[in-house]
Amino acid sequence: MTWIVRNLWLIPALPMLAAGVGALLKQGSRKLAASLAIGSMGMSFLLALCAFAHVLRFGGVETFNFGWLQFGTEWLRLGWLLDPLTAVMLVMVTFVGLLIFIYSVGYMEHDENFTRFFCFLALFAGAMLGVVIANSLLLLFMCWEIVGLTSYLLIGFWYANPKAAAAAKKAFIVTRIGDLGFFLGMMWLYAQTGTLLFYDGGAGCMEQSALAHMVAQGTAIGMAASTGIALLIFCGAAGKSGQVPLHVWLPDAMEGPTPVSALIHAATMVAAGVFLVARIYPLMSAHVGDLLTPTTALQVVTWVGAVTAVFGAVIAVAQWDIKRILAYSTVSQLGYMMMGLGVGGVSVGMFHLITHAFFKALLFMGAGSVIHGCSGEQDIRRMGGLRKYMPVTFVVYAVGMLALCGFPLFSGFWSKDEILHAAHGWSVSQAPFYMGAFGALLTAFYMTRQVYYVFAGTWRLVKTDDAQHAVHTPHESPAVMTVPLVILAAFALLLGFIGTPAWPWFQGFLEGQHVAFDFAAFHAEGLLTVMLSSSLIVFAGLGLGWWFYGRKPIVSEAAPDAVGKMQPQVFSVLAHAFYVDALYHATVVRLNAWFGRAGAWLDRWIWNGAVQTVKYAFLGLAHVDDFVDTRVVNGGFDEGCESVTVGGHILSLLQGGRVQSYMRMIGFALIVLTGFLVWSAR
Amino acid sequence: MSPLSSYLLLSALLFSIGLAGALSRRSAILVLIGIELMLNAANLNLIAFWRYGARPEALTGVMFAIFSITVAASEAAVGLGLILAMYRHSKTTDLDKMTSMRG
Amino acid sequence: MTITFLILAGLTIAGTVAAMGLRNLIHCVLALTLGFVGLAALYMHLGAQFAGFVQILVYIGGVAILAVFAIMTTQSAEPVTRPGSAPFWVAGTLVATGVFAVLAWAIHGSGAHGRVLPAEPVVTAQQIGFALMRGYVLPLELMGLLLTVALIGAVVVAIHERGESI
Repeated sequence: MTWIVRNLWLIPALPMLAAGVGALLKQGSRKLAASLAIGSMGMSFLLALCAFAHVLRFGGVETFNFGWLQFGTEWLRLGWLLDPLTAVMLVMVTFVGLLIFIYSVGYMEHDENFTRFFCFLALFAGAMLGVVIANSLLLLFMCWEIVGLTSYLLIGFWYANPKAAAAAKKAFIVTRIGDLGFFLGMMWLYAQTGTLLFYDGGAGCMEQSALAHMVAQGTAIGMAASTGIALLIFCGAAGKSGQVPLHVWLPDAMEGPTPVSALIHAATMVAAGVFLVARIYPLMSAHVGDLLTPTTALQVVTWVGAVTAVFGAVIAVAQWDIKRILAYSTVSQLGYMMMGLGVGGVSVGMFHLITHAFFKALLFMGAGSVIHGCSGEQDIRRMGGLRKYMPVTFVVYAVGMLALCGFPLFSGFWSKDEILHAAHGWSVSQAPFYMGAFGALLTAFYMTRQVYYVFAGTWRLVKTDDAQHAVHTPHESPAVMTVPLVILAAFALLLGFIGTPAWPWFQGFLEGQHVAFDFAAFHAEGLLTVMLSSSLIVFAGLGLGWWFYGRKPIVSEAAPDAVGKMQPQVFSVLAHAFYVDALYHATVVRLNAWFGRAGAWLDRWIWNGAVQTVKYAFLGLAHVDDFVDTRVVNGGFDEGCESVTVGGHILSLLQGGRVQSYMRMIGFALIVLTGFLVWSAR
Repeated sequence: MSPLSSYLLLSALLFSIGLAGALSRRSAILVLIGIELMLNAANLNLIAFWRYGARPEALTGVMFAIFSITVAASEAAVGLGLILAMYRHSKTTDLDKMTSMRG
Repeated sequence: MTITFLILAGLTIAGTVAAMGLRNLIHCVLALTLGFVGLAALYMHLGAQFAGFVQILVYIGGVAILAVFAIMTTQSAEPVTRPGSAPFWVAGTLVATGVFAVLAWAIHGSGAHGRVLPAEPVVTAQQIGFALMRGYVLPLELMGLLLTVALIGAVVVAIHERGESI
């Protein structure tokens, strides 16, 4: 076992340490807090590179396990592992995280809680890296929950704003619903296999013997135990990764500062769900017998992913908030990843995860730059013409947008194409492929719409009569923000080339195979057709976007949306995100409230009534008692009291108030008592 | 008379002397000192019994005496503190003049 | 009953009787110190050197000094105490004598006469340290706690309240 495997824990520990130290710093020590967080993240990045190089050289799965707690005779063991999946995620998280940290220095410049922000960011990064290296479902779960906590803290960072506080609560509660499933799945897994380690030299729960045991084990409803466990754990992944129907928290989470949106809700945290599915992929794909059709668990993952992909994309068409559009886009892209995992396996989903992390972080940070430049404005109707004012941001944003749309040769093109290709060849149904293709069309459309609204036309904000907002003209962001953007843009442009069909190095790396450059791979069955059609779809989407939003420049803030003009009802439904929030509010929330009211009613009328009855009964009794007391008993007692008082007066002569006279009595008693004891002992 | 009973008698005598002082002196400080003497008598008992006991190597009596000395020390500290407080309150340490406990 | 014991016992009794009987409180405390020295010597004579030194440290170095301080703080008002009135005095002595009589009777009737002196045990400070840190570690900790509480309590009780003066 080499140095890097044994000391892999340093990678999450460094940012956590920085967070711990940062928590103790004073508000004023901004530079120290920022440099601590960035420094620790940089160190982690270097270590992650070492780990990556190690895997590149030796490959395979290496673990380091240790006993943590002893229950009776059983040891609960934790550990970490280093395999290609971990290595890729480590490098991605540390690198994107590092860039976002640097960017935050500029973005949060004016915030008074700068130190706290960096403390939270570092804690988040540490927890996320912990999720990535965990070799135990329990350790993963712990870090997962810390990630949830930091997400809560960061979304509610501006807690004075009630919307942010509500969004933070919502994110916490909704993901908790998913985590409940995760937890149950974990318990079940432990009950079945007696271990929570993924890999443990043949005895781990993701290894052959345990899987065979779980597959053979039936449940009451005719499902293999492996399927049940996988589906329960998938609930947690769906909550974290914003899959339908637990996606509602993600758009609201945009109340947090934009670097947070970029870090948590685009690049890393939401990817944790996808990563979890990839991590337990052996369990997900454990076969019962028939090796050709995918397992039930994978089918569920695929369908949920496909529905989410379309759902998010459709809603994103009708949003006005620059970050909300990106949020729904994230929901949709996460759906793609899940679908990729379901139809094509780990490498397909993970490839999209990695490319998406780069271009979505780029888009969010670009949006942050736009918001920063427009002094906090987030409504795209009030922007416009920013191409002139913020040229760097415009260029990088365009790169990110094209990557997201899947414009040919950009990174998103390769990864999305691979998913579509895998979906095309899926043995169960063709529907996910068509859903994915439709989603791609919409993606291109809504991104075009957003870019036209934000960057084309003229600056619309000055025309409003809202004097407070109209003071500043937009300005380009400082270099500390644009440099990370440019770096990310380069990756968004080029990263796809590590996973093209001709040279699927990334896929080979994850699966531990060596791949050679082979141009002929493009001729594989259906591949060129899929690529061609998806390119056409992208062009169609871009064209539609131009047709609706680019032909005539948008002149005023109040002008209705071009699509909204055609189909006002549909547009309104979309703008309200299919009323899912309202639905939850009308059902789940209202049900809870109803229970609360019913409890209150019971309390007030039934229990309180009973208590009142008892009270009046006792009051009546008391009155009777009182009568007897004053008339009958008192007379007798008065006599008694009189005599006691007289006796007390006599006895009080003994109570001289002198301590020593009391002590004399005690001494006398001592003589008598000792004398009696000695006499009786003779 | 064996050595052990002579030690016990001495200790009983010390106890009685302390008791006599505590019962008959008026100064609160001397009363406290009398009580300390009684505690000391008990310590002498403990050590004598330890020395003449079956297993002196167990150190039980010495330990007990040491702890008892510690308790006595803290008792003296608190007691003298109380006397000071009382003195501030009534400007005297004469117990005869402190009769607020009179029934 | 050795001559050493007799001398030490006489010293102790003389010191304590004087401490309880003298008029001047300062003299009382000085006599008391003598009694404490006698007691400490007796402990050592019994083989408990450690307890003897603790006795000297705590009682002579601590309690007696504390008593002297208390006396000096409170004596400014009443220089010399008068002894109690005769019946008062007599009653206390009588009770004490009664207690002694009963105790002596009990000792006389007990089996203490036949005891033979076992071989002198070797008690080093090291052994006591080991015993304190092993078997008696919980009582030791409790003692520490008690001392802390007593320290704080004594300070709180005796502290000057605002506007008061000795």
